[in-house]
Amino acid sequence: MNARPAAVATGSPTRPDTAGRLFVAGAGAGHEAHLAAYGPAPSSGTDLIRELELSGLTGRGGAAFPVWRKLAATAAGRRPVVIGNGAEGEPRSRKDATLVQHAPHLVVDGLLAAADAVRASRVYLYVRSGSGTPIRRALAERPDGGRVRVVVAPHTFVSGEAGAVVNAVGQGVALPTDRLHRLSETGLDGRPTLVHNVETLAHLGLVARYGGSWFRGAGTLEDPGTRLVTVSGDLPAGGVLEIPGGTRVADVLAACGTGPVAAVLVGGYHGAWLPAAEVDARLSPSGRAVPGAGVLIALGPGRCGLHLTAQIVRYLAGQSAGQCGPCRFGLPALAGAVGELAGRPAVGTEGRVRRLATTVAGRGACHHPDGTSRLVLSALDAFADDVAAHATGRCVAGGRP
Amino acid sequence: MNRTGLHVDWTRCDGRGLCVELLPDLLGRDEWGYPLPHRSTPGRLLTEVPPGSVADAEQAVALCPLLALTLTTEAAT
Amino acid sequence: MNEALWAAGRASGVTALALLTASVVLGVLNRSGRPLPGLPRFSIALVHRDVALAATAFVGVHVLTLLFDPLARLSVTDLLMPFAGAFRPFWQGLGTVAFDVLLAVVVTALLRHRLGLRTYRTVHWLVYAMWPVAFLHAVGNGTDARTSWFLEVAAVSLIAVTIAVVWRLSAWFVESSHARQELR
Ligand code: SF4
Ligand code: SF4
Repeated sequence: MNARPAAVATGSPTRPDTAGRLFVAGAGAGHEAHLAAYGPAPSSGTDLIRELELSGLTGRGGAAFPVWRKLAATAAGRRPVVIGNGAEGEPRSRKDATLVQHAPHLVVDGLLAAADAVRASRVYLYVRSGSGTPIRRALAERPDGGRVRVVVAPHTFVSGEAGAVVNAVGQGVALPTDRLHRLSETGLDGRPTLVHNVETLAHLGLVARYGGSWFRGAGTLEDPGTRLVTVSGDLPAGGVLEIPGGTRVADVLAACGTGPVAAVLVGGYHGAWLPAAEVDARLSPSGRAVPGAGVLIALGPGRCGLHLTAQIVRYLAGQSAGQCGPCRFGLPALAGAVGELAGRPAVGTEGRVRRLATTVAGRGACHHPDGTSRLVLSALDAFADDVAAHATGRCVAGGRP
Repeated sequence: MNRTGLHVDWTRCDGRGLCVELLPDLLGRDEWGYPLPHRSTPGRLLTEVPPGSVADAEQAVALCPLLALTLTTEAAT
Repeated sequence: MNEALWAAGRASGVTALALLTASVVLGVLNRSGRPLPGLPRFSIALVHRDVALAATAFVGVHVLTLLFDPLARLSVTDLLMPFAGAFRPFWQGLGTVAFDVLLAVVVTALLRHRLGLRTYRTVHWLVYAMWPVAFLHAVGNGTDARTSWFLEVAAVSLIAVTIAVVWRLSAWFVESSHARQELR
């Protein structure tokens, strides 16, 4: 095992933090700087899947599924395919682009380590157009870079959904497909396919080097390791931060220099609103503040959460791939109803919002309707006072509905 | 005992409602005509199919004009 | 004997036209997703299938009887090769085209679970071309074309299919089209 880097307080390209692991090699790190910081690439042959199980690493793309399980399931099939997913369709997320920009070699290390662990015959990296250049430059620097094929993702919300990723790499169509079976059973060209978010792969690259118990050196028992978050909204300085697992939402906001907030949207556009009273909750896949893909949006005092929610739902309705009826017709209906709630609701508008949100959940080829539903239902809870105020023609946020 | 489930390919289903007529105990329709299970089932299934409804579910799979339905069987755990 | 064959050939042809018409109308109704009073959606699907199969059976009788009819002088090649016939080759050729398309439509429909949705649907769309061809064949080839009973059957068929197609193309064709509003 290689020398372990000390936890560094500097080196993050966006801001210093206490648990930096992913950006140790510095901003825009090339291969030499990468090797100097982390040591030589992990040798295959160590029992990576076991170390991953020990580490407790979960997927950082949103679903938070145990990484070792996906690897083990894929490894059981014949001639698997591995795809690194940096599509980052969530408009408020910057973490994957930041990672690919500044630590591309860590991502590639993880990708190739995963590929070796499952004995993959083909390896892809699927990234947004802006990330194409840094990733190609990084691949060109490496002796093993030729193993990876780069595919560019379109800028749509659903382009990063695992089924859409496989569809985009295979057919050039970044739309989700109906799936009766797991991708680890049948994915690209019918082969077992492993799709992992690029941040997950970067962590995997470190676990492959330093082992599972090293990984647990940061974070909590429930959420070991570190994770990247993208903070935006009503605060002085947002951006991408690397934080230890289980960090309190309030502490993340404090690191961004914000004062009191009205609420925080945790987990991005498919996430859930956390009311001000609960910002002490710890970020954890199993807790009250589920990080999802690590997007936090702060709502400043005096801003109307219903209004912002209506904007987001309208955007999400427009991002429906239009393939599945309940999503294609349900999300616009839901967007209309939430818009009414944010404006001048009629009697029964709230009930209709609740009913529509419940109706669309779980009824699509991907989780787009489910995520939208979660956001809306959480808004009804977190902004119950605003809903009541709007019904009487006022807005708690000071007449800015 | 095997457990039977009904899966719908939402990218195909056009909400014609044949399956809803054949399985009224399991399915209703939403306001756009698409099948809406009375009890939501987690995972990839539209609904679980109790033994008494398996024949009707098979009929629905055969008759769905969009070939959107699939029956799945799983060994009960 | 020849008289009987000739009569059976004509009668089965006209019956086939009527049944094909009914099948097209039922198919359009089925596509709309609407039930009829006393006839739920799945029954419409079943009746559509049965009427289509009956139509195919009558087309089969029609072709078989005329194969043996000395006046029609239909040969086996005429069943596959259009416009090569001896008796009114153009109009008979239309019949051959319609017959071949019908066979393809029926076979792909029956095997749709194995062939997959795309093949089945593409071929099924051909019905909209097949029905007019069959209709022209009936009017142009038939020796009863000027009798009033045939003209009545033909006129009713034409009107029924025209109405069905116009309805099919209208904006409110699908049962839930009023509720199905997309993002404005
Ligand atoms: S659920 Fe919505 S976004 Fe997902 S595939 Fe279906 S139509 Fe597209
Ligand atoms: S029968 Fe098929 S198309 Fe019709 S509602 Fe059911 S699944 Fe959808």
